[in-house]
Parts: sequence; C-alpha cells; structure tokens
Amino acid sequence: MDLSYGPEYDDFRAGVREFCRNQRPAEHRSRGIPGVTERPGPEVLEWQAKLIEHGYAARTIPKEYGGYGAKPDIIENRIIQEEFLAAGLPLGLSNQGISMLVPTLLEVGTAEQCATYIRPTIYGEMIWCQGYSEPGAGSDLASLRTRAELDGDEWVINGQKIWTSSAHVADMCFILVRTEPEAPKHHGISYLLMPMDRPGIDIRPLVTMTGDATFNEVFLTDVRIPAMNIVGARGQGWHVANVTLKYERGMLGNAGQGQSGIKGLVELLQEETVGSGRAMDLDHYRDRLLRLQGRTLANKYHGMRLLSQSINGEQTGTEGLITKLSATELAYDIYSLGVDVLGETGTLYDGSPYQAERDWQKSLLGCFTGIIGGGSANIQRNIIAERGLGLPREPQVRFDNGRWEMMPSASNKGGN
Amino acid sequence: MHFGLSEEQTMLQDMLRRCLEERLDLETLKRTAGQPCDPDLWRALVELGVTGALIPEDHGGSGLGMLEAEVIAESMGRSVAPVPYLGTAVLAPLAWQLAGTPEQRERHLAPIASGAHRYGVGLTEVAGAPRQFGKVTLEGDHAWGRCYFVIDASDASHFLLTANADTLVVIERGAEGVSIELLNDVDHTRSLAVVGLERTPFETVGEPGRAAQAIDALLAAGRLMLAADTFGAAEVMLFRARDYSMERFQFDRPIGSFQGVKHLLANMVTDLEPCRSLIWYAAHVFDAEPAERVLHACHAKSLASEIGKFIARSSIEIHGGMGFTEELGLHLWYKRIEANRQLLGGPETVRHAAAVDQGWVQPLTATAT
Repeated sequence: MDLSYGPEYDDFRAGVREFCRNQRPAEHRSRGIPGVTERPGPEVLEWQAKLIEHGYAARTIPKEYGGYGAKPDIIENRIIQEEFLAAGLPLGLSNQGISMLVPTLLEVGTAEQCATYIRPTIYGEMIWCQGYSEPGAGSDLASLRTRAELDGDEWVINGQKIWTSSAHVADMCFILVRTEPEAPKHHGISYLLMPMDRPGIDIRPLVTMTGDATFNEVFLTDVRIPAMNIVGARGQGWHVANVTLKYERGMLGNAGQGQSGIKGLVELLQEETVGSGRAMDLDHYRDRLLRLQGRTLANKYHGMRLLSQSINGEQTGTEGLITKLSATELAYDIYSLGVDVLGETGTLYDGSPYQAERDWQKSLLGCFTGIIGGGSANIQRNIIAERGLGLPREPQVRFDNGRWEMMPSASNKGGN
Repeated sequence: MHFGLSEEQTMLQDMLRRCLEERLDLETLKRTAGQPCDPDLWRALVELGVTGALIPEDHGGSGLGMLEAEVIAESMGRSVAPVPYLGTAVLAPLAWQLAGTPEQRERHLAPIASGAHRYGVGLTEVAGAPRQFGKVTLEGDHAWGRCYFVIDASDASHFLLTANADTLVVIERGAEGVSIELLNDVDHTRSLAVVGLERTPFETVGEPGRAAQAIDALLAAGRLMLAADTFGAAEVMLFRARDYSMERFQFDRPIGSFQGVKHLLANMVTDLEPCRSLIWYAAHVFDAEPAERVLHACHAKSLASEIGKFIARSSIEIHGGMGFTEELGLHLWYKRIEANRQLLGGPETVRHAAAVDQGWVQPLTATAT
C-alpha cells in the first residue's frame, strides 16, 4: 500500500498551488460550473481560456486542436482537482461536448472533424447536446427509430429524440440515427453531427420534478445536414456510441461525490435544533449519518483503488462496474437524511420562506438524474451481473398466438 | 501510488488459502465444530508464520503489519477456520508491544511466535455499550471477578483481560482460582467462555493504570480483524450463491437468469467491493496513521457487519431450502458472520464509537458492574 503520488509530482503540485494562490477571489466568485440550462457567460469563457492556457483544462487535448497537449496522466488530473477544490476555485467547464464528444472524436473521428469541432468545444463556445434516447428506445437504446436517408450530399433526418439535455442552448447535436433499416438492429445505426440551427428542428422543454427544464424533446422533420457529418462509417454508429457512453458513465459514477454531502449532513446535524438539543444528539439521526459516512468512506477508498488500478495498468473487473450504482444510491440516501432531519422544514423548496440554507429537497429530487441517466440502476445491475459475475442474460419473450413464447437465445445478442 | 496488496501480501494470501482449503473440507469442518483446534492445523499455520506475523524479527516473528494480519484474518473467514487466531496472533502480540515492558516483550513474544502460548482475550468490559456484565478487580497480588465473552478461550494457555478501562492483565490458565465456563454460542468454529478468577495471581501488562491507549488500539485491531473475517466469509457466500444460481435449473432455466436473482447478486457484489477497499484502507492506516485507527476500524466493522449479514442471508435465500439445512455447510459461514457482528461491539455500538472518536457525542458510561 503506497498512497502517495510520489516525489516526482511535488513540483507539479507546487505549480498548481502557485497558480491557485495568484487568482484573486473576486475574479472567480461568481464562476460556478455553468449548468446545462444556460450558455456559459463571458467570465466563464475567459476563465476557461485561462485554464487551458495553463494546462488546467483540456490538458491532454492535442495542441493542434487548441488543447494544452500534455501526456495523459491521471495523477496530474487528480492533483489539479485537489488543489482547485482546496483553493475554492471552479474547475474547467464540464459538459457533454467536452466530456463525451471530444474524447469520442479523438478516438474515432477524422482529422478534419477534430480540427473543426474540438477547439470551439473545449473553449466553451460550441455547446453540444446528445441525441441518443427516444420515447421507445431508452434502456434498449439500439432499438432507436429516428432515421436518416442520404439524398445527394445531404442526410435527411426524421424522427424524435428525448431527454436531450441542453438542446435549447446547443449549437450542435451528436445524434444516433438508423441509416440501414435492413441491417440487424445494432448494425443499422450511424453517428451524425447535426447543427441545431437547421430548419425542421422543433425543441420542446421537459420540466422535471425538480421544477427545472433540464431536458427537452426534439422533433426532427426533414432536417438536412451535410453527408460528411458522420463519425465512423455508415452502420458503425453503435460502436461509436459505446465509446461515448464509456465516457458518460465515467462522468456519472464519480465515487467521491458523496463526501461533500456528508460534510453538509454533519454541519446540519450539529446546527439543527430538535427539541432542546441538536439533531446530532438524537441516536436515530446520528446512526443514519454514521451508516452513510461508512458507505461514503468505502466509496472514497474504492475510488482510490480504481485510480491505482488504472495508473498501474491493471485490469479492472467487477469492482469497476459497480461505481455508478453504488454512488448514485448513496447520494439518494444522503440527501434523504438531510430532508428527514429538517422535518416539516424539509418540505420547503426553491427559496421558500423559512427554508434551510441548503435546498436538501431539491438535491434529493435531482438524484434521479444519476439513478436513471446513463443506464438506469437496474440496467447497471444487469451489467454487473452479466459482465461482472458471468450470469446469463434474461431470455427474450414474444407474444405469439395469444401467449408468451420464449425466443431462441441467438436473438439475445447485443445489448448495452 | 499503489492501493491494494503487494506481491508478497498476495503470495501470503495464496499460501494461506491453499493451506486452509486443503485441510478444511466441509466434512472436517462439520466434524470438528465445537472441538479444540486441531494440533496439526495449528502447527501448519505456525510454520507459515501466522502467529509471528505481528511480532518483530528479534523476538522470533516476521515483523509484518496490520495489512498482513488483515490478509490472514480474511483467509480465516473464507475457510471458517476453527483456529484461535484473533487472540493469539493479533491481540496478545499487540498488547505486549503497545503496553508491555522490554523485559515482558522478551519473555512473552517468542512463545507466541513459536505457537507455544495461546491467548484467550476478554475485552467485553470496554467494548462499547457497557452492560451489566462482570468485572475483574485487582487487590494486591491477586485478581478477582469474572470476565464474560472471552474469545478463543477453549484453546488458551493464557488469558489477556481488561481490569477497568486502563489496565491489562495476563493470567495463566493453570493458575489458582481460574474457572472456565464454555458458552454455547451460535458459531461453533471458535469458542467463547466466561473466565472466573478467585484469588488468582496475575501479571500486569506494563504499568497498572497506564494501558488505556493500548486497550483502545486492541479494540480497534480486534474490530478490524472481525471485519476482515466477515469479509472473507461473505465473499465465499456470494460466489457460492453465484455458482449455485448457474447450476440450479427451474422452469428450464438457470435461476441466475432470472432478474430477481441476478439483481440480488448484483446488489451483493456492489456492497462487497467498496467494503474490501475500506477494510484495506483501515488496515493501512492502523500502522501508517494511528490517529485514524479508531474511526476506520469502527467503520470497517460496521460496514462489514451490515453487508456481511445482507450477503449471508441473501446467499442462504438463493440456495433455497437446501441453504437452510446443514447439508451444504453454508450455515457455518452464516453463523460465523453473525457471531463476528456481535463480538467486540455490534454495528450500532461501533458506529457510536466512531461518533465519539469524531467528537460528535460523549461516550456512554457504564450503568452498573
């Protein structure tokens, strides 16, 4: 067991710390990481450019595409995160374009696509949305039906997408469409890059139970885009999409995310008065807090174990598949306790009079993003059971002649 | 950076697992339940260095650390080994090293490493929620009273007991006035007893009244070892359930293809893996950052107890009616996990200790003696 990053990183850390020290607090006070509901403002763009210049954002993106061009080094990334967190400085932008599309293009895109899209994306000037899910294609994404047909040198797209975060502010959409209707379902899909300013795109916001419109439905009627806006070959879209999904699950399954929640709970239980004492003095609340603290610590060290595996080039097994499920379930339980400790006050919402300083209820409702998004909890359980534990897939059934029939196992191919 | 077991630690793990698996098949386990430790098995473990792991080389041990002890405890749990490991190989060596004088270390450590001395350990008096259990009192050269729930007592040549929260004493089994009343607990792979003392000569570990810190460390070490033992047993129960779910066919399908079973197994392993990381980390900081000992040992014990129980009951359930019988032997693992959960503080007790350690609340005080 060696938990130090090694003396070779001391200089690097000192450099990051020096940078952080030189940022004036007023300069970054208003700069949270912008959500998906609005475009980044000028201050955010300026900050992002500064971070890229110093190699604290887009660190490993090649110089020719506007990045900093450093060798990938997980420990350097970790040090940047730690030092920024300690200094209370916002990290670089994180959105679907930067976290998912850019690595996908670098892995499977053409040089021209990389040259066109990566620079504006990492500088926050080009915002992307993800056109994957459809009303009839959620967990079973490969059954998607939005189609694109080649007409001369243009794709003509028709269909409907849903759960499209940031579609209303996006410049571009990376979209999965069916281009080979005769091919088996996983082989008939292509991955296209669609400008959002084209005629025929109709965006309708979906208000979630948090009260925010973070998602949209996108209706596509004869939308025309250039034929060259395809990533990978025709019919290869499923493969490309899986490259993207790999990065999405990495985004959602951050094993360390419970730690700030626990810190907030400790403060809440120490400050909140129940009867004549603190909530912390009540065994039932305190014991729940301790159970959550134990799970949070376990996830934290589990994250260190996975980090160590990737640094040392070790194969990650089942232990890597469980992080999203584990972290999202834990987050829900953490915010639940925050609401419960507040009692009736826990019902208050979104700036109501008498509300607690922190909106625990809103955080709780927001947890569904993690539980359902990027492969719902039960899909994660299937993946863990099948890929991790080697259990068989559930057989498929069909309704035939008034009764359910089990289908031969060959048709169970493909999947998540 | 490397988080996890080193090559040497993995080798130790492999050797130990092989040794225990070869000697402890199901028939042997069932036959020897409730019996004293098999002398051949004990000798084999001594030769592998189990008893000397935590003892410095100049006292006949190999001077390893708590992560190695964790590896050994986990292997013991995997095989539900009927071996008095905790008292002899972990708590007694730590007690002499943390609280004993150089002369005492000289005299007492070597016989532990060689397997000659075996210790039963009684920490119940200080293990969290105080109950109306016995108490050992010291008057001059003699000890009086009773110590309840002494772990690994039936094989012991010596007893390591607390007298108040600040004094550790060692009693020889054959000393005057010692009585041993074996208890019939749910787990028959290790023994629990009540040790009675009447005008019994004793040896204080170090100075009387100066062992409070050592006792805290012993308690943390004991809790951590029980967590590791539970973890090893739970991992076996999980993978036995996984294997069984692929062999057992109902409705023309392996039951492991039903999502009701698959998702249960997925939940089990999703709980198991972070717990492994926590236990490793807790073992690492036990030596590397003593200030973190108590918090992490308490959380390791709490989490291992909770997920261990969930995995154990789910595994029994997946095995159906046969899981509930003694035929498959699963009951041995289930009961081991159950006993570990209660010993040295149940989940609520160790979580309370974690709260006290962080200054969130005051410790509980004894209600009576």
